[in-house]
Amino acid sequence: MALAISMEGIEARARELGVDLSAVDLDSIALPAGEDFGILSDDEEVLHSEDPPELEMGLSNIIVVDNLPVVPPEKFDKLENVIRKIYSQIGVIKENGLWMPVNPETKKTYGYCFIEYNTPQEAELAREKTNGYKLDKSHIFAVNLLDDFEKYMKVPDTWTPAEIKPYTAGENLLKWLTDEKARDQFVIRAGTLTEVYWNDARKLAPELVFQKQYWTDSFIQWSPLGTYLATVHRQGSQVWGGENGFERLMRFAHPMLKMIDFSPGERYLVTYSSHEPSNPRDTHRVVLNIFDVRTGKVMRDFKGSADDYTTGGNIGVSGVSWPIFRWGGGKDDKYFARLGKNIISVYETNTFSLLDKKSLKVENVVDFSWSPTDPIISLFVPEMGGGNQPARVSLVQIPGKEELRQKNLFSVSDCKMYWQNSGEYLAVQVDRYTKTKKSTYTGFELFRIKERDIPIEVLELENKNDKIIAFAWEPKGHRFAIIHGDGPRPDVSFYTMRTANNTNRVSKLTTLKAKQANALYWSPAGRFVVLAGLKGFNGQLEFYNVDELETMATGEHFMATDIMWDPTGRYLATAVTSVHEMENGFQIWSFNGKHLYKVSKDHFYQFIWRPRPPSLLTPEKEEEISRNLKKYSKKYEQEDQDAYNQLSEQDRKRRTQLQEEWDSWVAKWKQMHEEERSYRMELRDGEASDEEEEYEAKEVEVEEVVDVCQEVLAFDLDQE
Amino acid sequence: MRPILMKGHERPLTFLRYNRDGDLLFSCAKDHTPTVWYADNGDRLGTYRGHNGAVWTCDVSRDSARLITASADQTAKLWEVSTGKELFSFRFDAPARSVEFAIGDALAVITTDNFMDHVPTVQVKHIAEDIDDQTDESALVITGIKGRINRAVWGPLNRTIITAGEDATIRIWDSETGQLLKESDKESGHQKTISSLSKSSDWSHFITGSLDKSAKLWDTRTLTLIKTYVTERPVNAVDISPTHDTVVLGGGQDAMNVTMTDRRAGKFEAKFYHKILQEEIGGVKGHFGPINALAFNPDGRSFSSGGEDGYVRLHHFDSDYFNIKMLFETQLVQFLGSDVAG
Repeated sequence: MALAISMEGIEARARELGVDLSAVDLDSIALPAGEDFGILSDDEEVLHSEDPPELEMGLSNIIVVDNLPVVPPEKFDKLENVIRKIYSQIGVIKENGLWMPVNPETKKTYGYCFIEYNTPQEAELAREKTNGYKLDKSHIFAVNLLDDFEKYMKVPDTWTPAEIKPYTAGENLLKWLTDEKARDQFVIRAGTLTEVYWNDARKLAPELVFQKQYWTDSFIQWSPLGTYLATVHRQGSQVWGGENGFERLMRFAHPMLKMIDFSPGERYLVTYSSHEPSNPRDTHRVVLNIFDVRTGKVMRDFKGSADDYTTGGNIGVSGVSWPIFRWGGGKDDKYFARLGKNIISVYETNTFSLLDKKSLKVENVVDFSWSPTDPIISLFVPEMGGGNQPARVSLVQIPGKEELRQKNLFSVSDCKMYWQNSGEYLAVQVDRYTKTKKSTYTGFELFRIKERDIPIEVLELENKNDKIIAFAWEPKGHRFAIIHGDGPRPDVSFYTMRTANNTNRVSKLTTLKAKQANALYWSPAGRFVVLAGLKGFNGQLEFYNVDELETMATGEHFMATDIMWDPTGRYLATAVTSVHEMENGFQIWSFNGKHLYKVSKDHFYQFIWRPRPPSLLTPEKEEEISRNLKKYSKKYEQEDQDAYNQLSEQDRKRRTQLQEEWDSWVAKWKQMHEEERSYRMELRDGEASDEEEEYEAKEVEVEEVVDVCQEVLAFDLDQE
Repeated sequence: MRPILMKGHERPLTFLRYNRDGDLLFSCAKDHTPTVWYADNGDRLGTYRGHNGAVWTCDVSRDSARLITASADQTAKLWEVSTGKELFSFRFDAPARSVEFAIGDALAVITTDNFMDHVPTVQVKHIAEDIDDQTDESALVITGIKGRINRAVWGPLNRTIITAGEDATIRIWDSETGQLLKESDKESGHQKTISSLSKSSDWSHFITGSLDKSAKLWDTRTLTLIKTYVTERPVNAVDISPTHDTVVLGGGQDAMNVTMTDRRAGKFEAKFYHKILQEEIGGVKGHFGPINALAFNPDGRSFSSGGEDGYVRLHHFDSDYFNIKMLFETQLVQFLGSDVAG
């Protein structure tokens, strides 16, 4: 680019040459023709020539249409018009973009033509839509991209058996789990830098594992079991991991990639892109690919207009609810499903095709979700026909598609479904209209999935006017917490699905009144919950022990935007991301609310703990460990103490050193200061320099004569 | 540490200065009237009327007899402290930004802004003992700095002048010849506008605050970087405790970006750092806007802060504060002791 000369440099040079710059009119200087001294002009023309408007698009925007009728010159125009009519419906054909070659001898066409579109997307669409188009009985179009011809040409004529590659053992992708101190990792993205750290709570500081500039174009994501770290680029996605830190394991090409999603067992990766149409009449197109993470193969792709993929759900990125495909059936990655108009399409991963070759028909379905562990879908159908047809929630078993349970609900305005993470319970939050239809109130329908006939219980809040601010199940547990309230300080209630005398009734444990909280974060291990006041409450934190029903600690991370438990439930991270201009960074807390350390980072975008796969210990073994915790913990306590001692030793040394450095510096200066004393006195006309001088405060009374005046007062002498 | 709220200014505060005895506090604000207060109880003693624009900085002579102020009305004025009488007005062709008396109070350094066609300048004026002899002439004019010069102060023995400002560079100039002697390192130095500069009581080191969210401690003679204090918000004001190893940083978001929801949202806190260990000790909240000015009382027992909200808050440190620091230091002493023993 342009060779930059600073103004100072020019001034200095001018001084050297004895040129008075102010006397020179820079605009009047004409350079010799063709000479620019290596400095590019900022004229538009020059700039543009450097970055030509999208002229060379390759040949990917050209299609070849074969099997056209062979016509004599008389009919040429007619045929051309027909073709133009068909293909201009799909996209904008470039000027002179339709070319039908003619045999110079017979004067007849060859029976094929070339069509050039503005964009490769349009060409791709045209190929998709018109390949196999029947013009008449004997003319069925064969449409191909011009680019593909080259590819087909390269296919060898004779078949050679594929070479079988010898098996090479893959590396241990779970190496990070064998950390001696059983620490957890997290990844952060700040500025252009992406870094992975160990959370070393004993040293009260993170330890860097890996860092890279411009690692990702938009965001990063761990796979659900923590094996891979996925980065997102314009050209596609990449996954990183492995024994020696973070090496590239696989690439997944997907141009203009926007979103990614892993299947829960991390066997598949769903990638998504949407393409703006060049012609406003056309619809937004979306492309989805499902890759096998280990082999990098595309297992299935989906293409269509954005409208087909925007039905139902919460509106997410650019109008599509993400993830479009929701994975079901637990960690086996057996099924994935998508909500369509009046249907739920369930696919299976054996064949990557629709289960039983047809979608599940549910009139007016607006939302569905999978049980986190079992192949069960819960779906919600709103009220139809002005209330004549009630709303309903159903549970459907896959692959049989039989309805396990159904519940009709009346005067429903909205409905949300919350699965407990081990699939034992489903809570359906139902907003109902009051009789006047002017306001709504909220209740819960609680399904016990694992019990016979799936009994349903209804839970209503004591105060019907309370709004539900947050709901969360205890992971692996039987309790849930609700933040509800009407005013600025809501209440937090805890309920359990079990009762002491085993009556299997939902019962309330406690209600905490007037809390500054609007979000709930259960520890992944259950038992502890953090009540957080985000946004309006400015980052209030309360660490609550639900077993003991007591507050362990309170804290504040001012302006916190995100709160994340580490996968073991030992530590909590709170972060201020770049939605705020200031205070960016994160803090780490212990599970019981002790503030451990804080890291400030400007332009802080993401903080994600690396997930862990589920523990391999049997429940019995886990119980045994927790029973004998004292025995096991002894060893670690000693280690902790050593680490702590070492840390304080280091800290002490550092402080001592800093203090010594400072002292020696000050001593040097003092000496100099002493030497200069006489000069200072001189500057002050002999007055002693003040720093060394001892002075006493004396009170001095100063009287100033403000005014003196004489006045003659009339005095009556003739008084009695 | 219950603060005394001093409400006398109608516009954001710009600068605070204690006199040498620490009994008077002079405040400047964007309203046109510098004010003097009793530094102990916060009573208003008087005002200096005559400026016709925001007053950016002031300085008071060693004997507390004279006050000099620099104002956006393109003048710097000399005042009699006790009566409020305007003694002399230095005229410039651009707003005056920074002003400081030299040792001996016979010289003053004044900076002017870049304004219309005028480049920013640093000017040295003689201050006559007898006001009738006072002239408007400059003893020295330094130019060649790009961007506004936010602070210009005297170096040891009046031999140098230290400037800092918008171009994020600190420069040391010869006060006799106007030659540039030293420039701060671009790499280790500030990255954004330097908003404030304050010297230690013995002038051996000085601290600069910058909008790059940090404050830095420098050697006055060699311009070596000694310490860096990192914070989460732009720094508008800094000062060094005259008695303890403490520095104080104040600031906050730019006034234009300040949220209206919560006064804490902009973090308008005066933050205390340990000067040597560079660790945060504590903070004092209270202002409703960014802090623009900070000053320690020369006795080190109180400090005042001036905010965009137009208030001056006078804080007397309570015993707790000293105890915390004592603990901190005895801890250090203990460390040192054990080191010797070990």
